[in-house]
Amino acid sequence: MARVLLNVPKTAKRGEIIEIKTLISHPMESGFRVGTNGTLIARDIIQHFTCTYNGEEIFRAELSPAIAANPFISFFTTATESGRIEFSWSGDNGFSASEAATITVE
Amino acid sequence: MRSRRRFLIDSARLTAGAGLVSLVSFRPSWATLETMQGAIREVVGEASVQRGKVALDLPPLVENGNTVPLTVTVESPMTAEDHVKSIHVFNEKNPQPYVIAAHLGPRAGRAQIATRLKLADSQQVVAVAALSDGTFWMASGDVIVTIAACIEDVP
Repeated sequence: MARVLLNVPKTAKRGEIIEIKTLISHPMESGFRVGTNGTLIARDIIQHFTCTYNGEEIFRAELSPAIAANPFISFFTTATESGRIEFSWSGDNGFSASEAATITVE
Repeated sequence: MRSRRRFLIDSARLTAGAGLVSLVSFRPSWATLETMQGAIREVVGEASVQRGKVALDLPPLVENGNTVPLTVTVESPMTAEDHVKSIHVFNEKNPQPYVIAAHLGPRAGRAQIATRLKLADSQQVVAVAALSDGTFWMASGDVIVTIAACIEDVP
């Protein structure tokens, strides 16, 4: 299981715009590098990232080999209600990871 | 009879030639300005892309192309009628022109994304934002990279 770091505020005021930062451990092998035996190293990247807020999709991204290893993604959303913010990543070789954070909205 | 010197020169040539051939065959083709423009066309279609509204925050000079921080901010009120639908980032000289495509909606509140890129060479990075009214806006930034990423060989 890939290690995930999330930065989501624990509490927020209703209607407040909050920043969400995510980091996941992954090599993001581009598929363009040549290994020690002279052949190309197969591509191994995260292709999709999705974030849902109480089941509703609030952010989605398609990644390419040009994203650095251990992909960092940050974005904004409006804190509407208390609940769960879920994150999921999927990619080559059946890679998939998910993580969630809870937020309390006053 | 072939001299030893002649033999050595010939074999050296042969090795160099073989090395060159393998280098050419294993190297993927580079993306060019045209392929980047083609990739942008695929996203925007026939619409014209205007400069403005988008701000690209990139370091002008990076030592290591393996992690280049990038922030894209789009000026938008982010209301249901007027918001940013997606932000696409392209590069000019990596093996592929795509970097990231981010889809957001009116509830994002602020149209800003940040990530980290790999850059294979000193080049131009372009961000295109698709707005809910069907218009496209772009910004570009140049980065000088001293150590390239993506295509360097494993030692």
